[in-house]
Amino acid sequence: MSSTIAPATAGRVTRPAGPLVIDIADVSKLYKMGTEIIHALRGVTVEIRRNEYLAIMGPSGSGKSTLMNMLGCLDTPTAGRYEFNGKNVAHMADDELADIRNREIGFVFQTFNLLPRSTALANVELPLIYAGLPASARRERAEQSLTSVGLGERMSHKPNELSGGQRQRVAIARALVNNPSIILADEPTGNLDSKTGVEIMALFEQLYEQGNTIIVVTHEEDIARHARRIVRLRDGLIESDGPAL
Amino acid sequence: MARLIYELTESFRIAFAQIRANKLRSALTALGVIIGIVAVTLMGTAIRGIDTGFQNSLNMLGDDILYVGKWPWGNVEDWWNYVGRPPIKPEDAEKLNVVFADTPNSLLDLAVPMVGRGTTAKYGDHKISGVMTFGTSADYGRILNADFKEGRLFNDTEAVAGRPVCVIGFDIAEALFPGRSAIGEEIFLNGHPNWVIGVLAKQGSFLGLFNFDNQAIMPIESFRKAFGTRRGSEIRVKVRDKTRLVEAKEELVGAMRRARAQLPGERDNFSINDQGAIKAQLDPIKQGIAMAGLFITGLSLFVGAIGIMNITFVSVKERTKEIGTRKALGARRRTILLQFLIEAVSICLIGGLVGLSLTYFLVLAVGAIFPAFPIEFSISLVFVSVIVSVVVGVASGFAPAWGASRLDPVVALRYE
Repeated sequence: MSSTIAPATAGRVTRPAGPLVIDIADVSKLYKMGTEIIHALRGVTVEIRRNEYLAIMGPSGSGKSTLMNMLGCLDTPTAGRYEFNGKNVAHMADDELADIRNREIGFVFQTFNLLPRSTALANVELPLIYAGLPASARRERAEQSLTSVGLGERMSHKPNELSGGQRQRVAIARALVNNPSIILADEPTGNLDSKTGVEIMALFEQLYEQGNTIIVVTHEEDIARHARRIVRLRDGLIESDGPAL
Repeated sequence: MARLIYELTESFRIAFAQIRANKLRSALTALGVIIGIVAVTLMGTAIRGIDTGFQNSLNMLGDDILYVGKWPWGNVEDWWNYVGRPPIKPEDAEKLNVVFADTPNSLLDLAVPMVGRGTTAKYGDHKISGVMTFGTSADYGRILNADFKEGRLFNDTEAVAGRPVCVIGFDIAEALFPGRSAIGEEIFLNGHPNWVIGVLAKQGSFLGLFNFDNQAIMPIESFRKAFGTRRGSEIRVKVRDKTRLVEAKEELVGAMRRARAQLPGERDNFSINDQGAIKAQLDPIKQGIAMAGLFITGLSLFVGAIGIMNITFVSVKERTKEIGTRKALGARRRTILLQFLIEAVSICLIGGLVGLSLTYFLVLAVGAIFPAFPIEFSISLVFVSVIVSVVVGVASGFAPAWGASRLDPVVALRYE
């Protein structure tokens, strides 16, 4: 369905990379599935800098999701080093990780994950509640964020009153609202038709050009090609890591 | 701190949105709490009512009256110590009054003899049985704590002369003279004619056992002529200052010993009773009723709590993905815990308040239909049921909310 998304490598801007944000070295992750032990990651080393636009690719079972959970501070490695903005997050407790996620990471999910009974505005305000911002500041910033993704007119709509593309825009506005260090998007076009998918990828391009750091996890080449750098995983190891062509 | 307040506000908003979105489910769950709260608060009002009823009954005995009798009130194990005592005689009252007058600064005002027996009252074809008929002195007017509906008490002259006159209780007047005045009519008490000169206003009954409105009072002399005084009597003593009841009791013991010329070292051959003795007997019964009642009604509240716990588990299960999302966005464990606790507490509070208002109207209705039924609504019930609702909500919501707060965000996000 993504065949119509044209590779837009020609003539696009590549911003110079900034300071190190994510420093992952020799990270491995083991899962126990009953009596079986699964090596989801077997020593992965990756550095991500500010202003990068990175795609993580790999077939299912490659460890792609595990790496994404790790990058998103949803999970901690079994072994190895993980520093986020110079802070060691490998051994942090749940609540410390929650604070890191709140301040540093903007999540965009395949299924949007909006609260169904809250308006677009309330959904975007949610991370700011956890950040401890007063109501007036929350409202102002959420409105700003929604306007920046082109939803200034639909702020009081609930998710079921919005189209798929609009829902994903709300989710992106929510990811942006706390000015995170990285935006982590997991198959962001996976639940959208190809035309809407193109629009969402264009939005990511725009956000990148405005100075955001974006990591997209996908199994689609066409989507990955929007990024400036592609990391490919296979069997829990990095197969390749280089610029997108 | 600010963050906690914002999280709480958000949690309440979400909780009420959730309740609105699942109206039927929330209502059914709240129903369990409603029934529990109604049961507990109704029991509470009933206990209070019983308490008030007891107190009213005790007040009928008079809190400034001491009762001199052969037997102590309440259960007696060593009956052989009492059975040989001489009976209390009306003459003892006269002697007591002499002693009181003789004592400077006496705490005791006056002694009134009371002789009584059960009779049947008759007037023409009308008849009422179980009438407690008392013979007493004209001083009875000073210890009587009831009003006259009509007429008056016999005076000293009538008392001394033993005139066949009587004062009857409200129920007797109603039974024998429905819809008209009883004054001046001649009634028969166990066949002995008596002129009605007074009717007492309605008083009620003592613990539902002794009906104060079913008594007839006549001069002790005419009582003696009609029924004799062999059965022995009782003496009621009015105390001047009811705050010094204990001292008054001690003085009365001395006075009674003097009146009966008991020797030093000899054991008292009478008993001084007061309403406190009955209260001491009633209190354990009252507490027993309260404990048993609260335990049984507490069970229904417990069932309601299980319903809340169940629905909170369901809610957590249904919204696992939402929990994952919230955690991804930076919700701490505390945040998730509070969110579900608040949801459970909100349902409980709504149930509690609905239950409380139901109780309020039930109490009003019961009070209107059965005015005699001892039931009473009080403001403290509001506080109690709010506190109970919150406690039930927290207790039943805690386990599921705790589980939710501990969910692994990765697992929760993957949940479909």
